[in-house]
Amino acid sequence: MIGFLTLFNKEVLRFWRVSFQTVLAPMITALLYLMIFSHALSHHVSVYPGVGYIAFLVPGLVMMSVLQNAFANSSSSLIQSKITGNIVFVLLPPISYVQFFLAYLLAAVVRGLVVGASVLIGTMLFTPVHIAMPLLSLAYAILGGGMLGALGIIAGIWSEKFDQLAAFQNFLIMPLTFLSGVFYSIHSLPPFWLDISRFNPIFYMIDGFRYGFFGQSDVSLSVGFPVVVGCFLALSAICLILLQRGYKLRY
Amino acid sequence: MKNVPAISVERISKRFGGLQALKNVSLTIEQGEFFALLGANGAGKTTLISILAGLARADTGEARIMGHCVQHDYRAARRHLGVVPQELAYDPFFTVRETLRIQSGYFGLRRNDDWIDEILTRLELLSKADSNMRSLSGGMKRRVLVAQALVHKPPVIILDEPTAGVDVALRQSLWQFIREINQTGHTIVLTTHYLEEAQHLCRRIAMLKLGELVALDDTASLLKAAGDLELHIAVNPDHLPPELLSRAKSLGNARYCLALASADELEQVLCVLRTAGVSLEDVSLHRPDLEDVFVQMMERT
Repeated sequence: MIGFLTLFNKEVLRFWRVSFQTVLAPMITALLYLMIFSHALSHHVSVYPGVGYIAFLVPGLVMMSVLQNAFANSSSSLIQSKITGNIVFVLLPPISYVQFFLAYLLAAVVRGLVVGASVLIGTMLFTPVHIAMPLLSLAYAILGGGMLGALGIIAGIWSEKFDQLAAFQNFLIMPLTFLSGVFYSIHSLPPFWLDISRFNPIFYMIDGFRYGFFGQSDVSLSVGFPVVVGCFLALSAICLILLQRGYKLRY
Repeated sequence: MKNVPAISVERISKRFGGLQALKNVSLTIEQGEFFALLGANGAGKTTLISILAGLARADTGEARIMGHCVQHDYRAARRHLGVVPQELAYDPFFTVRETLRIQSGYFGLRRNDDWIDEILTRLELLSKADSNMRSLSGGMKRRVLVAQALVHKPPVIILDEPTAGVDVALRQSLWQFIREINQTGHTIVLTTHYLEEAQHLCRRIAMLKLGELVALDDTASLLKAAGDLELHIAVNPDHLPPELLSRAKSLGNARYCLALASADELEQVLCVLRTAGVSLEDVSLHRPDLEDVFVQMMERT
């Protein structure tokens, strides 16, 4: 247990030590999106009845920040440790693969939540924010952070070079998050893209998280929630199998 | 636990793609030994250490640390083992003390600061305790690696080239420290390319060549088997008595080399020279060292 807590603490400290870059920078980015898109689009787009575009955008940006940063935390920590060689310090001790997984996963969730909360507080400077069901949104944030944290562990283990990880980030994570309905309701899309969006698990996370704010969503939670939980469990299972086998970590 | 070997390796083989890194290697290291694992680069030393540490998995065979299988009982095996890796790795986010506290935590230890202070003192790192790892010199980083391997007071300690890039004074103090640890009952296994270090420190030696164990014996026996004592003399006048001339090798300039079966024979040689009225200008004795043994072993096919 102490081994797990130490690894978790170390992972949290790791990003906190450079919070300028790991918390403040993504917060500024999200606020820039808010300012630019709300300026460009707020008079042209109406998404949900009774919900202004800026208000609609806020939960999308918060959740996007949670997801991207959860992914960034576990993946960058692992790839850095692998490339600099200090991964050996966590491979030599008697830390089980389950503890290893949970420590990296929870630290990723923490980073996601810290950045998400920062973005939320930042947006409150620009627009009043009301959250109808905060606990529901929090549950979605934790699950979403967990899912992307697990994906980050897989990416970090699989990548051998920084550019491989960057490819993962640019060709998978970025398109999935940008095309997940952060900036629009998928019902505004042509039928083809609407159908494609339904295969994007990140869409369900954004959608459910937003439901916690407005009580309105693109698809029913009875569909969205199981999808999110299912994806989280599936990715976690993959992580655990890779770690148990020592894939690319223990040769 | 008393009679269990510190390390036992049974018929271990390991292949990386087309490279047979280890071929059916077996060896046992008893508790309290000071043991050297020698071999040229790529001989399989680090692979063997990686298997013992759980960083690599053997294709066949079994390895145990203090009786615990490194695969099936890996948590107990790792608790009993401290490894100083060859690569100079460090975590740039932390100071020396934080690094050691974190490493203690990984092994389930809290409030380990008394022992951490002691290791830091012994490794002459105390003044750097609160410096970031990034700011340390290579030799200091190497010593932090040693400290990290010792935080959990493991009974078995493996050092993979611990003195590479460490200056002479520090090397000596490092060995002094390791020797003391050995004297308190810890088993020490080291690899090094400084063969005089191994000869000086280790009572038993294994040599690997292309993944195979080619020697495993007491240091003294290995040295003995490597050849005889050699006596080098310069004489005046240049007239070696016939009984010596027949067994001497001329080195030119009135210098000769004589093989001695034992140190006892020296007396006899000197006596013959004295009776023949030949005086000695210079004399020296050469004993084959580990480097000679090593070269012989590596050249043998």
